[in-house]
Amino acid sequence: MLGGPLIVVTSFLYLGLLFAIAYWADRRADQGRSVIAHPTVYALSLAVYCTAWTYYGSVGRAVQSGIGFLPIYLGPTLGAALWVFLLLKMIRVSKSQRITSIADFISSRHGKSHLLGGLVTVIAVVGVVPYIALQLKAVSNSFTILMHYPDITMPGSATALPIWQDTALYVALLLALFTILFGTRHLDASERHEGLVAAIAFESIVKLVALTAVGLFVTFGLYGGFADIMQQAQEAGLLQSMMNATSVSDQNWFTFSFLAAMAVILLPRQFQVAVVENSSERHISRAVWLFPLYLLLINIFVLPIALAGQLAFPDGRVDADTFVLTLPIAHGQELLAMFSYLGGLSAATGMVIVETIALSTMVCNDLVMPVLLRHWRTRSVPADLTAVLLRVRRGAIFGILLLGYTYFHVAGEAYALVSIGLISFAAVAQFAPTMIGGLYWRGGTQAGALAGLGAGFTVWLYTLLLPSFAKSGWLPMAFLESGPFGIHLLAPQALFGLEGMNEISHTLFWSLTANIGAYLMVSLLRPPNAEETAQASLFVDAMKYDRPAIGLWRGNAEVAELKRLASRFLGRDKVDTAFAEFSRNRGTGYNPAQPADAETVHFAETLLTGAIGSASARVMVASVAQEEPLGLEEVMGILDEASRIRAYSKELEQKSRELEAATAELREANTRLQELDQLKDDFMSSVTHELRTPLTSIRAFSEMLLDDPRIKLDDRMRFLGIIVGETERLTRLVNQVLDLARIESGRGEWTTGEVDLAELIRQSIETTGQLFRDKGAEVETRIPEGDFRVSADRDRLLQVMLNLLSNAVKFVPSGNGRIAVTLSGGETDFLVSVADNGPGIAAGQQELIFEKFQRGDGDNLANPMGTGLGLPISRQIIEHFGGHLWVENQPGKGAIFSFRMPKGSSTLSASETGPSDEPAYSDRG
Amino acid sequence: MRRAILTSQRLLAVFLTGMLLLFSPIVSLFDRPVFWFGIPLIYLYLFTVWAILIAAMALIIGGKK
Repeated sequence: MLGGPLIVVTSFLYLGLLFAIAYWADRRADQGRSVIAHPTVYALSLAVYCTAWTYYGSVGRAVQSGIGFLPIYLGPTLGAALWVFLLLKMIRVSKSQRITSIADFISSRHGKSHLLGGLVTVIAVVGVVPYIALQLKAVSNSFTILMHYPDITMPGSATALPIWQDTALYVALLLALFTILFGTRHLDASERHEGLVAAIAFESIVKLVALTAVGLFVTFGLYGGFADIMQQAQEAGLLQSMMNATSVSDQNWFTFSFLAAMAVILLPRQFQVAVVENSSERHISRAVWLFPLYLLLINIFVLPIALAGQLAFPDGRVDADTFVLTLPIAHGQELLAMFSYLGGLSAATGMVIVETIALSTMVCNDLVMPVLLRHWRTRSVPADLTAVLLRVRRGAIFGILLLGYTYFHVAGEAYALVSIGLISFAAVAQFAPTMIGGLYWRGGTQAGALAGLGAGFTVWLYTLLLPSFAKSGWLPMAFLESGPFGIHLLAPQALFGLEGMNEISHTLFWSLTANIGAYLMVSLLRPPNAEETAQASLFVDAMKYDRPAIGLWRGNAEVAELKRLASRFLGRDKVDTAFAEFSRNRGTGYNPAQPADAETVHFAETLLTGAIGSASARVMVASVAQEEPLGLEEVMGILDEASRIRAYSKELEQKSRELEAATAELREANTRLQELDQLKDDFMSSVTHELRTPLTSIRAFSEMLLDDPRIKLDDRMRFLGIIVGETERLTRLVNQVLDLARIESGRGEWTTGEVDLAELIRQSIETTGQLFRDKGAEVETRIPEGDFRVSADRDRLLQVMLNLLSNAVKFVPSGNGRIAVTLSGGETDFLVSVADNGPGIAAGQQELIFEKFQRGDGDNLANPMGTGLGLPISRQIIEHFGGHLWVENQPGKGAIFSFRMPKGSSTLSASETGPSDEPAYSDRG
Repeated sequence: MRRAILTSQRLLAVFLTGMLLLFSPIVSLFDRPVFWFGIPLIYLYLFTVWAILIAAMALIIGGKK
């Protein structure tokens, strides 16, 4: 049986679980094994967008207006498609400048002004406090309803009870305590809370599962599915709003979508989780689709629950905002009711915790710090400011929650849940022109931003907040109906006679018109000053530079002085670590006594910005650095120079890369040339040498014949025979050299036709028959039946065969030489081999013999049997036709010369790219 | 880098498609008192478009890897 104690204990257990998760995640982060550095956790943490307003309020809105609850979620879905531009830029800017809140973002963009940051903070607090009140109301109402289980009792007016009996007060105090434990246990220069994000992601899962559980129970437990529930609702006349052909145009469809798309990145809590707590830019990619998917899932059962609630409580006695809880209660589902309550609790606590932390950062840095800084100007500064900062933030958290409670207590009954949410959305939409505009437009000035925000906020106050007060009865209704002092044109909800619009659309139109108009016009009154120009460049050009640009600074400061200053706010250890890392990254050691350079001063300022906001950091750094203000001319000069230098260096890099490539090419070509030159020299000396041997013998014998006329005829004949033989050899040598040169240079004459290899082999054996007989060698042919046609130059192939055969004859022993010629066909080519039973060729010689003037008969140059060019020429010929010629050894049995010739017509293409590609005098021989 | 630019431009295309399907007179084509599969047509239409937009974004982002 449910009851007060059980519900309270369960609530505390749930909060305890949250805290355990946060504690665990913090521990993991300290150990360097972050659990939140995951894109899914990031997307889930963004779902802090879905508050109690979604959890309970969507159903209420669906009852009022059918599909009217959808734009609040469709807008962010479309907006998410643009996050890769917008959110990415916001994150990059914020990371590089350690911006930790919206107030800091806007103030930093427009020249770091306390005034601007303060105004943003005021708008955020005033705009968001009602929203926090809404969460308190949701928690206290759901608690009260669940207390009365199994009866269904609507909570009475909160104002009727004495304060100390009001659940909402205890909820507010408890949440404040919890938020302080979560968010301000210690001070971090980057304002990141790993544990908090983990807990928020967990809460997102809880509320989704809880709402889905209720939805499943209602749709499939109580009814027979979507179609059944729709059918019954239609019969009861509940679907009229969806069945009138104007259901979309009735809804201010676009206004609400636009508001929601803005709010999803501009609400303080959304900025906190999306930008400040973001641990990697890459996580955006997953969030772009996962976050909209979450929104889709959490909305699937909203309409069925709304319809089922109306069918179950037709008399309207039960508030539609409570259907998610009252439906399970009405059907006696104790556990489900408890789970549903926890889902609502998680939605509300998640929102309250993150929102108050974000607001407390703003209040501390942009409202309290400026006052304290002024105060310290005249009095001594406390040594340890960390404690002061923490106290201020904790105080701010309490203050904001008490403010929320007060609002709830005083005005809580005036409006339904959904209207309050939209009022807040309209308030934060005022940040859009200065924040998003400021990211892309350089011209915005501090005065312009102040004017724009001020004007927009004033219109919002007048057209939305004041009327809500009037509706709550604090202002006379006449003010609403006929305007102040009876001036109709100034009626808050029909400003300048603009009537017939929904109040939100009306406010949004006028406030954004005033906001953008004032921002533009005041900004354009005068050119931005130095500081504004510098900051604008940091924001607008954020995506262009890889590393954060250096702040513009000129003056004197000492590193030790800067460290002492930062230590006051952040603690000595943290600052020491940060500075050590900084100098390590720059690759320079630093001397504490030395004057700091601009980069160091900028680093110290950024470090402080994380803790106390940009404007305060600027003031603090200026207090230790005797800064000389830079003029606009100088700033422009520095910015121009920086971009010029960047362009130059890019150009230079490009040029030097091109030069390097060209140099490498040249070097390669040169090496090649040198090699070729060497080859040519070797060839020339070989040829000369080869020519000299026969010439020497011709000359010797000719001189003998000339000198001695008495030589016998027989000797004469013998000498002349030798001379003729040597001349023939010379001729052959010269012919072959010319032949080789022609082939290698690609100027060889080739006639390609069909050649039958079998016939070719037989003919070559016939031609060399006399050689074999002279040496007493036997020739054996193994030629199978078949088609052995290739397309090649017949004469050239015959030349190769003759060469191989005569080579073989040379090396077989006299008298019992055996030579085997084999022909066989493979799949794509034919294989011809000539085996002999000579001495074989040593392994080291096998490639060498294909080189020019290398002979298988070793150094026996005195009695050479060949020219030394036969094999190189043969190899060139075979390769020209796309084949391959090589030699294998049969140890002790002789050598086998083999070549492969490809079948068919592939030779044609080979002949085109044949030896002409090969450089002349290739070392392959 | 060029890949990233392409991805973001594809997402921009999804955004424009979504604007067209959700905020243009096209919506009124489906805004009729008709039931499909027992569910009001406009309701079915909005959720379908929503799901398709999400699937498109997931495909574009997923295809980047």
